[in-house]
Amino acid sequence: MSRYLLRGGRVIDPASGVDERRDLLIEEGVVASTGATLDEAGAEVIDVAGAVVAPGLVDLHTHVREPGREDEETIASASAAAAAGGYTAICTMPNTDPIADSAAIVEKVWALGREAGLVEVVAAGALSKGQRGEKMADIGEMVRSVARVRLFTDDGHGVQNSLFARRVMEYLVTFDAIYAEHCEDEALAAGGMMHEGERSMALGMRGIPSEAEELMAARDIALAKLTGCRLHLLHISTAGTAEIVRRARAEGVRVTAEATPHHFSLTDAELESYDPNAKVNPPLRTEEDRAAIVGALADGTIDAIATDHAPHALEEKDVEFQYAPPGMVGLETSLALTLTELVHPGHISLTRAIELLSVGPSRILGLPQGGPLTSGDPAHVVVFDPDGEWTVDPARLRSLCKNTPFVGRKLRGRVLHTFFAGRLTVRDGVVLAGELV
Amino acid sequence: MMKHLLSMDQLSSADIVTILDTAESLRSVTDRPIKKLPTLRGRTVCNLFYEASTRTRISFELAAKRLSADVINFSADSKSSVAKGESFKDTAWTLEAMGVDAIIVRHGSSGAPHQLSQWVKASVLNAGDGQHEHPTQALLDLYSMREHFKDLEGLKVAIVGDVLHSRVARSNVKGLVTMGADVILIGPPTLIPPQAATWGARIGYDLDEVLEEIDVCYLLRVQKERQSEQLFPSLREYAALWGLDSRRLARMKPEVLVMHPGPMNRGVEIGADVSESPRSIILDQVANGLAVRMSLLYLMLGGRSEDGEVFE
Ligand SMILES: [Zn+2]
Repeated sequence: MSRYLLRGGRVIDPASGVDERRDLLIEEGVVASTGATLDEAGAEVIDVAGAVVAPGLVDLHTHVREPGREDEETIASASAAAAAGGYTAICTMPNTDPIADSAAIVEKVWALGREAGLVEVVAAGALSKGQRGEKMADIGEMVRSVARVRLFTDDGHGVQNSLFARRVMEYLVTFDAIYAEHCEDEALAAGGMMHEGERSMALGMRGIPSEAEELMAARDIALAKLTGCRLHLLHISTAGTAEIVRRARAEGVRVTAEATPHHFSLTDAELESYDPNAKVNPPLRTEEDRAAIVGALADGTIDAIATDHAPHALEEKDVEFQYAPPGMVGLETSLALTLTELVHPGHISLTRAIELLSVGPSRILGLPQGGPLTSGDPAHVVVFDPDGEWTVDPARLRSLCKNTPFVGRKLRGRVLHTFFAGRLTVRDGVVLAGELV
Repeated sequence: MMKHLLSMDQLSSADIVTILDTAESLRSVTDRPIKKLPTLRGRTVCNLFYEASTRTRISFELAAKRLSADVINFSADSKSSVAKGESFKDTAWTLEAMGVDAIIVRHGSSGAPHQLSQWVKASVLNAGDGQHEHPTQALLDLYSMREHFKDLEGLKVAIVGDVLHSRVARSNVKGLVTMGADVILIGPPTLIPPQAATWGARIGYDLDEVLEEIDVCYLLRVQKERQSEQLFPSLREYAALWGLDSRRLARMKPEVLVMHPGPMNRGVEIGADVSESPRSIILDQVANGLAVRMSLLYLMLGGRSEDGEVFE
């Protein structure tokens, strides 16, 4: 295995409280040493002066389409997109075909992730069989499988039945596993295509009210208090949900939350063009909601930025708005959007950005990815130029699908290199797939 | 004149006046023995209808033919098109390849005309999209109101019923507000969400309260298929609270106009006797639709209304 000396970068390692210019020597999969000026000692020197060296990013919310829709995204293609985006771990959502509700499926996902070898693929399991919200999935078997599932969710759907939600939370306590909710009261949201408000009324589209999310978030927090289960709220999108989470955390409830780059970057104004690429669930909300999500990311209410990367084939998105499936890809734009929308305008510090993209999600999943990057720690590292400008070009995305409303957007912040367990997976922005397997 | 007509948002009051004035001039054509103008000879207009609407399609077809355009009717009931597997975009490109000059589109999905206008070079006319807009209906309604009241400014217009799901209501409110009319939306909050107040219209729940003050009572169709959504308890209760019957008509100004975009549910939003009363101009609306659609095709595709000598 090669030795690399990252020379002259600004190391930001929130887990050890470091933010300073120092060298990093990577060897045998770990950080061999750090220091102001390290000796080359036969290592390949990579000049990273002016760049940020940080723990590898972790995505809590990735939809790969394998098994079932390998034309849209395989575990290998998602891994390549993730590495290109600076990620060293992704948590794959279970709404594949078949649904990941048994040990056999999560083990397959895990094995394909290993085979791709570009990031740690952490399979999430379904809470319920077939994600129908009626019967428990094989929770214990998934926990005990080689995939070691630790996060369970019916993402794509919220659990509608409160008694079922309670029972699953109680059961998950056995393993101290996480109950992760896609908060959506389906009766209130039925038929909705965008956020319900002035814009949906003007555009003549059925809306999804904020309350569809907030009611379920509040219910789940009450049930988490009742059961003691660890609760994670996926892609929270409204000012109300942020406030509900803030209060619960102040009370000491074991709840964590994530928000997506599109919810902190965009509003329902995007829908005025009827661009199906801006259709997503939960929907893009109002400016007030967007600002509240930014505030909650800044003040620690939200623990993680998660992509909700959701590839859809062109022929599925290139239709009437009403018929298009919700979702957008996000693995390759999340770091740049965080820098462009949050760091550069001064809403959060670079350190906080790394907490949200790496340390926070890594802690939720119990991974070593989030650092510290001190001597002897596994070398999951991202190197990025925080000022590097680039324009989102579908042709250059590694994901098999290009459904993103950010096409043509000029972003500031570029991934230069990614190391996964000490191996270079991305070098000068190029994914080194194939050389690794 | 604009290239596409997708929404009433695009039109200034001056644009609306031009469209209505041109319609008025063109109307005289329909009174001639030979009801045709050569203006659009050699141009091709396609009626692309994803929802069945014989009356709107015929109105556009006749309007295009009166201006000597070639007309293609492409009735792609969305179910059959899905079954055949041809997407909306493929259909658009097919029409484009055939060299059509204008596409008149009716679609059940809000925003479909917007999307279409980004795919083709032809002019796109929105003939009704989902619950979004129906601009030609609004223009013919404005035309019909202007026939009776010289000035639309300050005119008190009540729009009664299911505003939430109505493309006719959206386009009419925008057009009326642009022309300076005073619009009151009447119905229960299940049909008129508070956000409608941002359109520049007032909202009221009680029809009886406004009967004496309004100049126009515009009744929206109650969509009986929405009954399962629990928007109001029963058609009987709806009729009692928001239906326009002869008793209510008697309390209104003598010159009041009763309007309806059709097709009507007699006995629900409108009493049978009211629809046939002299105050009802529902049939004029249909006739005026032809003139307004001719005007739009004329202005968008060929006409030069500024230089005067256009209609010969
Ligand atoms: Zn979700």
